[in-house]
Amino acid sequence: MHIVDRRLNPGSKSLENRQRFLRRAKALVQGAVKKSSQDRDIKDVLEGGEVSIPLDGMHEPRLRREGGTRDMVLPGNKKFVEGDMLPRSSQGGGGKPTDPGEGDGEDAFRFVLSRDEFVNLFLDDLELPDLAKRRLTEAESEGLHRAGYSVSGSPANISISRTVSRALARRVALRRPRPETIAQLEAELAECDDRERRAELIAEIEALKAKAKRIPFIDPIDIRYRRFEPVPKPMAQAVMFCLMDVSGSMSEHMKDLAKRFYMLLYVFLKRRYRHVEIVFIRHTDRAEEVDEQTFFYGPASGGTLVSSALQAMTEIVRARFRPSDWNIYAAQASDGDNLTSDSELTGRILTQSILPICQFFAYLEVGEAGGYSFEMPNSSLWTLYERLRADGAPLSMRKVSDRSEIFPVFHELFQRRAKQEKVAP
Amino acid sequence: MTASKGLLFQEADWDFHILQRIHDACDEIGCGELGLDVYPNQIEVITAEQMLDAYSSVGMPLFYKHWSFGKHFAFHEASYRKGLMGLAYEIVINSSPCISYLMEENTATMQALVIAHAAFGHNHFFKNNYLFKQWTDADGILDYLEFAKRYVAQCEERHGSLAVEHTLDAAHALMSHGIDRYPGKKNIDLRAEEKRAGLRRMHEEAAFNDLWRTVPTGPAKSSATLSVERRRKLLGLPQENILYFLEKSAPRLAPWQRELLRIVRHIAQYFYPQSQTKVMNEGTATYVHYRIMNRLHQQERITDGNFLEFLRSHTNVVFQPEFDDQRYSGFNPYALGFAMMQDIERIVASPDEEDREWFPDIAGRNDVMGVLRDIWANYRDESFISQFLSPRLMRHFRMFHLHDDPEERAGIRVDAIHNERGYRRVRRELSRQYDVGFIDANIEVVDVDLAGDRRLMLRHSVVNGAQLNEADAKRVLQHLADLWSYDVSLVEEDATGKVLKDYVLSPRLVPAAA
Repeated sequence: MHIVDRRLNPGSKSLENRQRFLRRAKALVQGAVKKSSQDRDIKDVLEGGEVSIPLDGMHEPRLRREGGTRDMVLPGNKKFVEGDMLPRSSQGGGGKPTDPGEGDGEDAFRFVLSRDEFVNLFLDDLELPDLAKRRLTEAESEGLHRAGYSVSGSPANISISRTVSRALARRVALRRPRPETIAQLEAELAECDDRERRAELIAEIEALKAKAKRIPFIDPIDIRYRRFEPVPKPMAQAVMFCLMDVSGSMSEHMKDLAKRFYMLLYVFLKRRYRHVEIVFIRHTDRAEEVDEQTFFYGPASGGTLVSSALQAMTEIVRARFRPSDWNIYAAQASDGDNLTSDSELTGRILTQSILPICQFFAYLEVGEAGGYSFEMPNSSLWTLYERLRADGAPLSMRKVSDRSEIFPVFHELFQRRAKQEKVAP
Repeated sequence: MTASKGLLFQEADWDFHILQRIHDACDEIGCGELGLDVYPNQIEVITAEQMLDAYSSVGMPLFYKHWSFGKHFAFHEASYRKGLMGLAYEIVINSSPCISYLMEENTATMQALVIAHAAFGHNHFFKNNYLFKQWTDADGILDYLEFAKRYVAQCEERHGSLAVEHTLDAAHALMSHGIDRYPGKKNIDLRAEEKRAGLRRMHEEAAFNDLWRTVPTGPAKSSATLSVERRRKLLGLPQENILYFLEKSAPRLAPWQRELLRIVRHIAQYFYPQSQTKVMNEGTATYVHYRIMNRLHQQERITDGNFLEFLRSHTNVVFQPEFDDQRYSGFNPYALGFAMMQDIERIVASPDEEDREWFPDIAGRNDVMGVLRDIWANYRDESFISQFLSPRLMRHFRMFHLHDDPEERAGIRVDAIHNERGYRRVRRELSRQYDVGFIDANIEVVDVDLAGDRRLMLRHSVVNGAQLNEADAKRVLQHLADLWSYDVSLVEEDATGKVLKDYVLSPRLVPAAA
């Protein structure tokens, strides 16, 4: 008999098969990812996780029979006698149809995607160009962290104290004779006259010396090196403000567009920063900070005062996010309706307190489904922002009315940015 | 017998030394006392993840790459994570040496159970059952799989993974019809197969001379001169092994495609006996582990606590839910198989009147293991049940037979139950459920229209009105047409020759194969 330990063999032999499967099911999985990212929270986009895909497209057909007369033998008869007729519909009747695994129950199955797989498919769907990806990876800088000790390394990294203490422990454990002991014996030998005793001492000294030689003072196995591990250096933290007008004129479609934009922004920031906070501010004629659920799904209605949201944002920044410690991003989504009387105030808050502290401020004007963004008439907010921009305020603004436009718009907005600078108009 | 050699292990933990001791103890009992005859054992310890891997490549340690295995992996993994499915404790491979995988998570008791079950029970069955002897080549399978894996990878390199995938997809779809059901051709020798494949390829490469392609082949013989009968004979028609037929006769397949079909066919054939002997195979293994574990306990080589742990898993394995139970999904091969083995033991050792009447050959023969070994060697599920399912067991399981005729408005008829009048009918019907010849659709290649458009003609002989699932049939036939490169037709006929359904499919444009 033979026992083989295969546990150390690389597992996931199926990895390649899995990748092949994913490649083949790409369209399906992508659809599922799209769908699932719709009803998940922004932060969960990066979590990966389960998606369910229809098995139909991945079905492996076989020639199999169905229908016709069937005979079956079942266990567990309690009351039937020969000749009984069992109505088909009733529960206790013929038991379950006996075609287990014949495809009927298999119309969809849940599929667990890893984080990376998920994000890749998510971004892939949006066709994140390589250009942007490269820039993102460059932004990540690496630092070295101490990470304990290792048995191999470069001589420069030898940890002397650790090595010596290990050597000491080894010497003690193996009872290496101490030099003092030998010295003492030698001294005794020098003074000793008795021949027998001398021979004894000499033998003992020889033995000790030989032993000392066998057990070196420092053995290669004692040597320890300081180990360093590259760690992504935390690039500081970022906060992302999601501002949204939720007055009655914002339709589900518009919110969906906004949500997608926020998601992208989040994924983008998440790859750049270690720690990203999200603040959701919704406003009608007054603004409030809410959680994500309420933000996207809570009903609200009333007039529209954009300035209220901006005001709320400056207050939150003042209270919780010191601009010197935080990189602040804001994205505002709105259908563009605002009270004319509010323009003045809005413009002032923006230029005076918000834009100076923001890394990036994007305004996204969302339109109804089926419309064309370039056909959207300039709204009051758009006109206002346009004017500010003309005056040199670092604002990015785009109109979007279809899901497919989100990524190009996003890309455009970010493409313009020079490295760490503020957004150029 | 040297009874007490001390406990094999005490706690749940195990190490390789303990595994060795367990194996030796099982060996002593299995081969020594029960007279089992096994291939040499190789025990491999793997992790749960590796077990999932092994699952998805039909339990094989190495297999070629294909997306469908990834699909199965994803499927198993998802249901495993959700806790819908436990992992099997073991997988065992019909090879020599016989490889059993044990999961590292198992307790020592479970390892003992698994070793007794797989390394002795299944192992003995693989080595001795006539179907396995006839159809599988335990010595060659691992090498052959290695070859298959390498060959598929090479093909992907040479011809592109897409083309290989198309061919394999098609071959998989036809896999269940790539089996020789009746012996007589020759025993399979996978090693020689592999060697031949290599030689073929070398010959092709060595003998390739572009000039020969330009040599005119002369006027073809008019096909009318070949009589229909002769033509069919040349093509080996009718042929139920569709993959074999394609491999030999499909006009436009590239040599490597034929080789792929051959590989899929060999693997299908290798698994063919397993599908016919589920009840017996599991019954044997369960019976053997039950005997061995009991004996170990008797010899005081495992503690009472461990024995209880064993009994608990054993009981779970042989649990048979009743038809109206949520958990019911057909007969549990472990339950039925084990119950029958025990029943046979009883009949042989201490029969009652009924047994003597039903089983005059074995009742009271007293040589339990002799009888069982003989049965294990010479039957398959269908014949095993039709011979050895006793009235007592039918009563025990409270079996009843339902006849479902869609024409019958009133419902499903209870045709027979576990009583004097019903025993034989119930037994016959149950054994039919295990008859592969009856389960699989009977489809044959009947002719090729060589004079006309080279249409490949197939016939499905419909039994009891069960026709093919239409959507699936179309897909499979599409694959078939792609391989054949000309139209393919399939007619479904009932016993009287009446055509019930007629499919015709044309090949899709070949995506840069050939």
